[in-house]
This record gives sequence, C-alpha cells and structure tokens, in this order.
Amino acid sequence: MRVVAGSVLPPLTIELTPTVVISTALATRDFTPVHHDPAIAKAQGSKDIFLNILTTMGLVERYVSDWAGPDARFRGIKVKLGVPAYAGDTLTFSGTVATVGENEAVVEVTGSVSLGPHVTASAVIMHGFGESPADLPPPRA
Amino acid sequence: MTELRDHLMALADKAVAAGEGPRQAAPHPVNDVMISHWTEAMGDRNPVYAGPDAVAPPVMIQVWSMEGLSRDPAREFRRPMDDVFDALDEAGYKGVVATNCEHTYHRYLSTGEELTSSTRMVDMVGPKRTALGEGYFVTWNVTWFSGDEPVAEMMFRLLKFQPVVPAEKAKREPYPLRPAVNDDTRFFWDGVQAGELRIQRCGGCGELRHPPGPVCPSCRSAERTHIVASGAGTVYSYVVHHHPPVPGQEPPFVVAVVELPEGVRMVGNIVQCPIEEVYVGMPVRVTYQEMDDELTLPMWAPIPEEA
Repeated sequence: MRVVAGSVLPPLTIELTPTVVISTALATRDFTPVHHDPAIAKAQGSKDIFLNILTTMGLVERYVSDWAGPDARFRGIKVKLGVPAYAGDTLTFSGTVATVGENEAVVEVTGSVSLGPHVTASAVIMHGFGESPADLPPPRA
Repeated sequence: MTELRDHLMALADKAVAAGEGPRQAAPHPVNDVMISHWTEAMGDRNPVYAGPDAVAPPVMIQVWSMEGLSRDPAREFRRPMDDVFDALDEAGYKGVVATNCEHTYHRYLSTGEELTSSTRMVDMVGPKRTALGEGYFVTWNVTWFSGDEPVAEMMFRLLKFQPVVPAEKAKREPYPLRPAVNDDTRFFWDGVQAGELRIQRCGGCGELRHPPGPVCPSCRSAERTHIVASGAGTVYSYVVHHHPPVPGQEPPFVVAVVELPEGVRMVGNIVQCPIEEVYVGMPVRVTYQEMDDELTLPMWAPIPEEA
C-alpha cells in the first residue's frame, strides 16, 4: 500500500437504521437502554435511540481498514464525539492521511450526520512499508 | 449547590486516590462467535478477522470485558468510580453520554486468549453547562492484560448530566401565546411538531424565504414547497427583553435573529445559556421546547461545550 500525507480516503455512507443501531450495540455487548429503547432514549431528552461510542469506534476502524486493506494493523484509535447519531439518520465518513512515518501512518477521520459532525477521530496504523514488528501477528495469506 | 459539588468532588478525589481497581476477568475468552457478531453488525469484511488464524478487531478490546446483561452476583464487582456514579445518579445527574475514547493496542489478540482488565479513575470536572443539561465529565483509564502482559489501554470520558426534559407534564399550564397558523405557515408548524425546522422554498425559482408567505418576492410564483434546515445557526443579532411583561415568559430573556447556513434568518429565543454569555456570532442549534402539552416552539441553544 502506498500512501502519502494528504491522500484522501474514499467516503463511506452508512444508513443508520434501527437494525444497525441495535445490532451494533448488542455486538459490542452494550445493553444501555438508550441504544435500543426509544421510550427511554426520549425520556433522557434524546430524539431517538443512538449509536454507542464503541460502535462509532468500530465503524471508524472499518472505514480506515476498508481503505488500508488487510495488511494494515491499528496501533491506536482516538475518537471525540460531537452530535448524536440517531436512528433514521445517515452517517458519512471522510478521511485524510495526516502523516506518514517510516512504519506508521496517521489517518484523520470525520463522521457526519444531518445534525453536524458526529465524530472526529484519528487512527494510527502500521501500513506495511517495513517489516511487521514481531509482536503483531502477520497478515493472513 | 456548593455543598453538593463538594460532596461529589470528595467522592471523586477518593476514587482517584484509590488508584487501580482489582483485576477483573473477562466473561469470555477472545472467540470467533463474538468476532463474527461484531464484523456482521459493523459490516467489516476484513479477512484477517475470519478463518482459523483469525485475530480480533482491535476495537473489540472493550467488548471482551463488557459485563452485558449478566446478573450473576458472583461476577459483580465495583470499579473505583462507581461510588461517584451512584452519587451523581442520586443528585439527579441521571443522563449519560460518552464524549471521548482513546484506545492504544500493543498487539492484536487471537482466539482463545483469556483477558483481565483493571480500571483507574483519572478525574472529574464540573459542573459544566452543556446543551444536554448541567453535568460532570468523568474520565478513567483501563488496562487489559493477557496473563500478565498488558495488551491494550483505554482512556474513556463521559458526561453525567441532569436531563433538561420537562419532568412533570401533568402540572403544565397552557402556554398563553399561540402562533398564528394559516395556509402559508402550517408547513412550518407541522415541521416543528415533527422535529424539523422547515424553510419555505419557491416552487418556481427555488429561492428560500422566511418568514413564509404566499408569493415569491423574486419571481412572483405562488407555487410553494419547503426544505428541512440542518438546525445549525449563528446569532446574527439579539436583544435582552426586560420590559414590558410578556405572558408566559419570565424576564429577562433573549430574543435573537439567528442566521441559518441555508441563507435565511429566523427570530427565536436563546435558551440553555446565561444571558451574559450570549454574543453576536455565537454558534447555536435549534432545540424544540415543549411549552405545554400541545405546543412546541423552536428555540436556539448554544452548541455543546467540548470536553
């Protein structure tokens, strides 16, 4: 994989159906009612059920790895949440390669919904320019 | 209020001073079934997460130690900050929303690995005024271990807040002022009921206009349609109303002209913000205020403070 600073990732759009919001919350084992029970979410002042933060992180990982390919290895992901991503909305990711080191690249990602930016994130990936460090499993053939 | 804050801060200080909590075993080893639930739900087709040599998606680190719906009392344990959360709940800060999460992965995990984790409270900051309500930001760190080897770290921050939803609906008096709803404006008020901020658009030339009217001032078409605004806005101008008295309103209050990125301006009250903090150019977001059991009005609140 060849990347340079400033490379732009192709966008990714995800329709946030209730099925997506709920199936991801449960796959992350987050049973907090605001992620699956509209009545409780509304009683808290929310418009509807909304994505849990671990799903937001998982989708950031998917977005970056869809682009970076199976050889990439994540060293870290940071996310900062903005507006909630409610069921019924559409989440659109965009991303840019911020820096490229000898072995690592930093990718900056924004995920936006109709209310504005839902997440700003940065991911550090090993992009396979050099040898994989011994403590990372090699990519599967 | 100060007394409550002192009480909460004392509990927080105690939790911070307690340092790292006990190592808690994850309920399940790293396993392919939970990995496939994750990849299916996320739509992640990365082949390294499947097959006999599968590794776990790194973000899943947090999933391995989630307690889920388990009610097994033998597994119940308390983290250092749980006393703080209980006290916040008791004080009415019942709302919860995550604001920041940072993961560091030392290596990828393979199926069969048994993990433990330990938690350390970092700090609590507040009370802070946010668009969701007044609240406290609580931060903690988690380290995950495979055997004695640290394999991942996390910093997590959330906001515990007092929801600003009207709690006692039954007691509400009808709000004395009603908007004039007619054939020109009905679409706008229907939108407010549906949680949408609608802007009239000319069916002829497409120009947006607000307030709504029967005829386009540009092309004179009487064809009308509308779009849904993003809900974002900027204070273009405002007044602080002290006098004369307005039925149903407690002076002083702020009435602003809000400029929308779509290109029109709307008049509305600024809420959830101390009067002295309002300024021209302040970014705001529409918020729907239930005035009584039937009437909802669009108003404007500052964009949530960043953690």
